[in-house]
Amino acid sequence: MTESRHPAEGRNRPGPAGTSSAGTKVLGLVTIAGLVTLVLFAFVFSPADTDLGETVRIMYVHVPSAIVTYLAFALTAVGSAVYLKNRSEFWDLLAWSSAEIGVLFCGLMLVTGMLWGRPTWGTYWVWDARLTSTAVMFLLYVGYLALRRVPGEGEVVARRAAVVGLGAVLIVPIVHKSVDWWRSLHQEATTLGQLDPEIDGLQYFTLFLGMAAFGCLFVWLVMHRFRVAYLARQVESSGLQAAIAERRAEAVGDGSAAESRQTSTSEGVSP
Amino acid sequence: MNEWPYIIGAWAAVSAALVAYVAWILVRGRQLSRQVPPEERRWM
Repeated sequence: MTESRHPAEGRNRPGPAGTSSAGTKVLGLVTIAGLVTLVLFAFVFSPADTDLGETVRIMYVHVPSAIVTYLAFALTAVGSAVYLKNRSEFWDLLAWSSAEIGVLFCGLMLVTGMLWGRPTWGTYWVWDARLTSTAVMFLLYVGYLALRRVPGEGEVVARRAAVVGLGAVLIVPIVHKSVDWWRSLHQEATTLGQLDPEIDGLQYFTLFLGMAAFGCLFVWLVMHRFRVAYLARQVESSGLQAAIAERRAEAVGDGSAAESRQTSTSEGVSP
Repeated sequence: MNEWPYIIGAWAAVSAALVAYVAWILVRGRQLSRQVPPEERRWM
């Protein structure tokens, strides 16, 4: 005789808890080492810029945040496209996780940009092509995350989000090229475009160190956020199965109670 | 103009946001993984 396993069985089981694995632990250590080195280079070893002065130190977090934002939204688009093709939960959760991290870094890019703009341009915000398009991109992906919270059947929500996640990525090249396409207060791209010949070698190294450290952090965050999303879905589905089992048990109980009531009634009517 | 408050502000904002997000992910992961059997946590 086989024992039927209750869906909620296994809850509160002992064992190592968390979303860490050997790989993420190593990556986490590399990321911490990279970020500590970045702080040292940004504040101790790297000199002030001839044009930007000390504010160049904001660039060491602003530019890497921008790169991670682009990467995250590109990964969301890839995840969305693959989900639409094969309806795999893995790609859906990956797209979702990446979008959330992208929104975080996009917000940081806007905040650090504003804090750089105040001493450089004399204002926190101008309705400039780069700033405005970045704000639109931020709102677009906040909308994507909001769409994922709309109640509905899981597959329908995932499909809608995948369509938006795939379409929204079109804004990334627009944001990046906005400084070339329109007259902009924002400086031209120095990392993904042509190299700025005036940038100091150590400053350039610090900028790339920032990108590498933030890149490692992005991969670490995606892995952990994906696992959190996966666990949440497992808990949700086991809760749903438990609720269905409960309803079935209730229905069986109601059926037998009704049957016994019917039997007793018919016994009472009969002479 | 003294630029340092803006520099410190930018770094502090980035550090605070990242630390808070990492802490939230790790705590949420621990809470959820206690409710899922170890055999379903494929990365272990």
